[in-house]
Amino acid sequence: MSAAIHLSYKVDGSDFTGAGTASAAIKRILREIGVDMDTIRRCAICMYEGEINMVIHANGGTADVYIDTEGVKMVLKDNGPGIADVEQAMQEGFSTAKEGVRDLGFGAGMGLPNMKKYSDEMLIDTEVGKGTKVTLIVRFPKGGGDGA
Amino acid sequence: MKVSEVSDALGLKQLNAPDEDREVTGGYSGDLLSWVIGRAAPGDAWMTIMSNVNVAAVGLLADVSMIILAEGVEPDEPLLQKAALNGIGLYSSPMGAYELSWRLKGLLEK
Ligand SMILES: Nc1ncnc2c1ncn2[C@@H]1O[C@H](COP(=O)(O)OP(=O)(O)O)[C@@H](O)[C@H]1O
Ligand SMILES: [Mg+2]
Repeated sequence: MSAAIHLSYKVDGSDFTGAGTASAAIKRILREIGVDMDTIRRCAICMYEGEINMVIHANGGTADVYIDTEGVKMVLKDNGPGIADVEQAMQEGFSTAKEGVRDLGFGAGMGLPNMKKYSDEMLIDTEVGKGTKVTLIVRFPKGGGDGA
Repeated sequence: MKVSEVSDALGLKQLNAPDEDREVTGGYSGDLLSWVIGRAAPGDAWMTIMSNVNVAAVGLLADVSMIILAEGVEPDEPLLQKAALNGIGLYSSPMGAYELSWRLKGLLEK
């Protein structure tokens, strides 16, 4: 079976405090279709960090979510400034976030590392001046969800 | 140890207490949200001086058992609303995160 469910969200680039809408929606849907708690948590974390990044670094973007029997694929796409040095951006603690954003508790430089930690596969496709596409795959545990 | 027992023992102020029977299994202290997301374990009591609405989103994501606002910080109105809407345990204390942490550790090790 291929992508049984496809969901699409717009992430508002001007809304710092409201970021997390897509993440909350994914969480709800995965719960409804009976996905185990750990997988839901991993997906929600990846989505939240991705949303936050699009808001604080790229003035918003889109989030597409594909769910099939294997797992969940999240594609976060923006037309922001792009990432010049992906390896550097992936390092824990590296952040270009501005002061006002840090005051809200963001900009710890742990977003991309968290996405890497909680996903099974992560791919960053970016071009300076054009934008960034982050693809994340979280697979369901083998042998069905047992709410680990 | 239950949320209610931690709350009583530490003399916390209840701001939103939807599930006082939930088990507190550990603790995490920090204010940078991505660290909390990445490192707090489900069931932890989370101590922070952050008071904006994102605290609720992160508390939910990390699936902490309770959030304790340290240093007597007052929650923003949107945080209170989101905590109520999502059933997140929200408490406050005049103590700092360091003091809350070692007291909590003492309680959990009893
Ligand atoms: N969507 C994006 N567009 C442009 N730059 C980004 C994007 N996502 C991440 N970055 C860059 O990578 C850095 C590290 O990201 P991250 O680990 O999430 O930390 P933080 O968001 O706290 O700065 C950011 O500070 C930023 O420079
Ligand atoms: Mg980030």
